[in-house]
Amino acid sequence: MDFQVPKNTYTGSINVVKLGKDNTEILIGGEHALPFYGFEGELPNKPVIAIEVYDKKPDDWPEIIGKYYNDVFDDPVRWAKKSIDEYGADVICLKLTRINPEGDDISPEEAADITVKVRESITRPLIVYGTGPMEKIADVMKKVSEKNAGTNILMGWVEEDNYKTIAAAAIGYNNNVIALNPLDVNIAKQINILLTQLGLPADRIVMDPSTSSVGYGIEYCYSAMERLKIAALMQDDKMTQMPIITNIAPEVWKIKEVRESEEAYPEWGSHEERAINWETISCMSMLLAGANILVMRHPKAVSLIKEAIKDLM
Amino acid sequence: MALSGLEIFKKLPKTNCKDCGFPTCLAFAMQLAAGKVELEKCPHISEEAKEALSEASQPPVLKVEVGTGEDSFVVGEETVLFRHDRTFVNQNAFAVTINDDMSSDKIEEVVKKVNSIAYERVGQILKVDAICIKNKSGNREKFMEITGKVGSLTKKPLIISSEDPQTLKNVAETFRERKPLIHAASSDSVDLFIEIGKETGCPIAVRGKTFEDVMEVTEKMRDAGIKNIVIDIGVRNFKDDFYNQIILRMAAIKQKNRLLGYPTIVFPDEMTDDPLKEALIASVFVAKYGSIIVLSNADYQNIYPLLVYRQNIYTDPRRPMQVEQKIYEIGNPDENSPVLITTNFSLTYFIISGEIENSKVPSWLLVMDVEGQSVLTAWAAGKFVPELIARFVNQSGIADKVKKKELVIPGYVAQLQGELEDELGGGWKVVVGPREAGEVPKFLREYTGKK
Repeated sequence: MDFQVPKNTYTGSINVVKLGKDNTEILIGGEHALPFYGFEGELPNKPVIAIEVYDKKPDDWPEIIGKYYNDVFDDPVRWAKKSIDEYGADVICLKLTRINPEGDDISPEEAADITVKVRESITRPLIVYGTGPMEKIADVMKKVSEKNAGTNILMGWVEEDNYKTIAAAAIGYNNNVIALNPLDVNIAKQINILLTQLGLPADRIVMDPSTSSVGYGIEYCYSAMERLKIAALMQDDKMTQMPIITNIAPEVWKIKEVRESEEAYPEWGSHEERAINWETISCMSMLLAGANILVMRHPKAVSLIKEAIKDLM
Repeated sequence: MALSGLEIFKKLPKTNCKDCGFPTCLAFAMQLAAGKVELEKCPHISEEAKEALSEASQPPVLKVEVGTGEDSFVVGEETVLFRHDRTFVNQNAFAVTINDDMSSDKIEEVVKKVNSIAYERVGQILKVDAICIKNKSGNREKFMEITGKVGSLTKKPLIISSEDPQTLKNVAETFRERKPLIHAASSDSVDLFIEIGKETGCPIAVRGKTFEDVMEVTEKMRDAGIKNIVIDIGVRNFKDDFYNQIILRMAAIKQKNRLLGYPTIVFPDEMTDDPLKEALIASVFVAKYGSIIVLSNADYQNIYPLLVYRQNIYTDPRRPMQVEQKIYEIGNPDENSPVLITTNFSLTYFIISGEIENSKVPSWLLVMDVEGQSVLTAWAAGKFVPELIARFVNQSGIADKVKKKELVIPGYVAQLQGELEDELGGGWKVVVGPREAGEVPKFLREYTGKK
């Protein structure tokens, strides 16, 4: 019986983005085939896990997740170290919540100092996200980029109509930027065109096509991401060849299927295991669709995903 | 092997009558060759041509039904590799394992659990599809007895798995009226399974180590007239089976390889002992081409996310998912609770209702049927406009449930405020809510604080 193994034809590849510097440096992207299709083309860099670290104790984490971080909630440096040493984070994703004018409203200066302190204490690369209004995030990122000049941090995020300040800060101080788009291949390309026209090298851009949890529209994210990857790999569309990050942890951890106790919903089974499943299945889906960086939260979910990546690579 | 569009065209009436919905016979032939349309759409085709073309008009992955009646399930009929290219057609089945060496109590517990699972989500009931009974004991009488027992406890379709062909023959003959899937035939036993398939009509799984092995068996079975075939090419290893599922589906769709164009069965339950890892592996096969996925347990925390994920992946991307038009009560609202309105695009509904829940402010959420479009799209299409919104609100009965007649509309359609107030009449006031769902909790807390 004759059988010829079928094969996809690839004409393009994903850009390689460098995160971190010297002893913390890792490479993201670079694939020449669909996710985990190593039998069809080279996949030089495995997808990586970024564990979330906040600049203050989150007020809405259920105990099934809080118990893993209770002892480090008050210190982002110790939180980051624990996430690396005990939970295996490949990257730290620091979320600046205190910059929000509706909350603590700390200055860009103070926020940037936190990022420097964390970066200098860890042996892994750093991603920095701001929360709050875009104008404040832009001011903060300007300072963050300046104070972390030349260290290849990844800054989140820029949008189609609000990219200039952060992109300029990335160009000026040699850092990387996350370009957010609302599940839309054309908008994703548009932002990438705008950023590169401004002078940001294509290999300093990571895309975030937006994401949501299983049960809350993940199929739209899955297909948007898969279409981006196919355009990049099979149609050699340069403006879709940036690696992809999905900031999925906050999406998973806000839904009721992950937050509600077993007492409230006995027919949903064990609360913690259910939450882990919800996070791993959401993350695995994003990996299959093409994510290069996953932002995650539960340690057991992290170890399961890392193991699955190892299995499939 | 499949025919090309031109070969099909030669057998069509060539009248360009358009009765099939396509402008020309050639266009219809091309669609047929691509597996995108059914031959039955042509009302004028001759019987002779029909026979010649029926193979070519079959979908690249054939349809297989397991079980009978209401509880049966159908897998296969897939036509694309990526869901955004059209849609995945028949959702994968989930089966839960019963080993015939389990205690009687354990068996009852598992079957009861499987029977009980029914989660309602976006108007669908999510269920486990089948029970897979494995002849782990190796004992024929024991297996017959357990199969009978499970059969009496559930109406779910059965998958009957044994290493011993003679045992499977006995089971197939005894339980033939339930049309269980018989697992599995191999190159050594193919003649016996052809006999079983012909005599009982039960679908047969074919197990082979290589693609060539499988093709050899499916060819013999096909030539003997057996149509209901499921492929098991598993080595029970995550990476190898991931590869196998992808190659099988690509062979069927890209190469139109008929001998591999059957639904598949995968066994995550045999790939790991960790139930959480098993759920993760199973989820990979939901997206990557497993047709029947066998699980070790029906524990709710493992099953529920898998069922929801399957529903997501098998949603038709061409048709937005819709939720029912009605008044949704979020967190036990009362006569003083706020009233919000949005459209019935399921993603919109999920996000908004989730944020209202997060706000901890009990609210009434009016969801209006606009054929599953988002707020802005529906507004642009003239479906979410003051006249229609007012008609819906006034007919919904919400006026009897609240004291204060204030309606919160999405920030993106703020311009509707004045006209909507006029259309609503009856003392209704219209309040403009936030543009983004994420701002809903803050808005609700401030809005109700003020009231």
